[in-house]
Amino acid sequence: MSQGRVWKYGDNVNTDVIFAGKYTYNIMPPEEMAKHALEDLDPQFAQEVKPGDVIVAGKNFGCGSSREQAAACLKYAGVQAVVAKSFARIYYRNAINLGLAVLQSAEAVEALRSGDEVEVDFAAGKIRSAGREFGFPAYPPAVMDIIEAGGLIEYTKKKLGR
Amino acid sequence: MRLGKTFSEKVLGAKAGRDVRAGDVVTVSPDTVLSHDNSAAIIGEFKKLGLAKVRIPDKIVIVLDHIVPAADEKYAQNHKTIREFVAGQGIRNFFDIQHGVCHQVFTEKGFARPGQLIVGSDSHTTSYGALGAFAAGIGRSEAASIWATDEIWLRVPETLKVVLKGRLGRGVSAKDAVLNIIGREGADGADYMAVEFTGPAAKDFSIASRFTMSNMAAEMGAKNGYFPADEETLRWLAPRTGEKLEPVLSDPDARYAKVLEFDLDGLEPQVACPHTVDNVKPVRDVEGRSFHQALIGTCTNGRLEDLEEAAWILKGKKVHPSVRALILPASGEVYREAMAKGLLAVLSEAGCVLLNPGCGPCLGAHLGILAAGEVCLSTANRNFKGRMGSRDSEIYLASPATVASSALEGKIADPRKYS
Repeated sequence: MSQGRVWKYGDNVNTDVIFAGKYTYNIMPPEEMAKHALEDLDPQFAQEVKPGDVIVAGKNFGCGSSREQAAACLKYAGVQAVVAKSFARIYYRNAINLGLAVLQSAEAVEALRSGDEVEVDFAAGKIRSAGREFGFPAYPPAVMDIIEAGGLIEYTKKKLGR
Repeated sequence: MRLGKTFSEKVLGAKAGRDVRAGDVVTVSPDTVLSHDNSAAIIGEFKKLGLAKVRIPDKIVIVLDHIVPAADEKYAQNHKTIREFVAGQGIRNFFDIQHGVCHQVFTEKGFARPGQLIVGSDSHTTSYGALGAFAAGIGRSEAASIWATDEIWLRVPETLKVVLKGRLGRGVSAKDAVLNIIGREGADGADYMAVEFTGPAAKDFSIASRFTMSNMAAEMGAKNGYFPADEETLRWLAPRTGEKLEPVLSDPDARYAKVLEFDLDGLEPQVACPHTVDNVKPVRDVEGRSFHQALIGTCTNGRLEDLEEAAWILKGKKVHPSVRALILPASGEVYREAMAKGLLAVLSEAGCVLLNPGCGPCLGAHLGILAAGEVCLSTANRNFKGRMGSRDSEIYLASPATVASSALEGKIADPRKYS
């Protein structure tokens, strides 16, 4: 369980504004990726984000490209979870595979504002802020197996007996 | 009572070896896995798994297309890493920089066939639905994992059925139809779902036009965008593959999450305005707006029929002096056909710049980047903020006819007066 501040955005936050295409084919180290996170949506974000912060957004978060860095850069920036009304399907998979928590809760999205202090309790499946509590649905079993292994690469290693 | 099944339920059920329904999760072995310049990153992930060899080299298809020829030293190193890996692993289905955009090359080489299960580490992998395949985008770690294990988990999607009726008017194309559908359903209208383009008018669409629509299905969040394979599909594929072709079709009593009746009669040319693909308006609402760059081509609209449409409009005329017009054929095959038909000469004489086949400026890495305050009118599939350069630039999306007509006038124009 950890705490952080909310960064709130709207619907259809796409992969280009999360991590621009011009950087996509440069293989860069994690700290460099973190510096470009959300560059074309909110240039303040990468400068001010703190470990444990939470992104809260509307529907279809992560629509667009299949680029995995759009999930990786947020994880490396210290984001502990993205809470949205819904996620684009490839983004959802990428986030799970890389160990970035993606939580669906329309209620939390309606209620939370930028700057709110928020706590995510993964064990209880709850998001808490200023005395309010919002649930999020459990992941399907196929997804839990990957999360428990520590991401897809670790999961695959296990499967291969390595 | 036996209930009917959708195309997706049939394909994924056959692969899983059991009866499946929308919502089930299956672990399956895909027929092929596509990747492009991002293969360099996939190779990095694959190496973490500690295996010397990929599981089945012949299932891997790699096309270099995103930044070709290499625009700088880093891209050059990526390409080099990929070429060395391909040689070392015995991956035969490798297509170097002269071939074109991965999706076009993948279909031209006969890898996309009816009923196949294809995954690709590119969001527009949905394109292969044009040939009756189940084709979905995945991430890089997933591609690496498939190279190692030949397996992936997929959720069997619900299906949005789009029933196409009527007939497109002159100067109106598949691009206008799919933009209008995305505008109605929204950028998340088919999130987690399959889209099935069917109905009496589906068969009237050429394979190139179906490709445009299946490609754009990704822009409504779809997992795949499928046209039932028909005689036209088999005719198109016959010279491209020696494999037996067995169409898989939805049962007449299949269950759909939603059915959209779509009438092509009276459809006007459409434009997706900045900065989302579902911000769609009829061209008359934005007519007269000036812009700086025109882009005709890409995997969405860079096939022969698209270049023919543009050449028909631009023949014997000149692009407006305030516009830079870029032509980006989807593949080397298209490029050579367009050359043989004289289309490239027509476009060059009209003042267009002919780019080499590939992704070009579509993703903002090279060959036509936008400065702050500039506007591009493009036939590509995405208009996200900053995608083609400055975060203060804008992208409008339209059909090849609309972009060519507008390039003549130097402002957004209705193509019907030229068609």
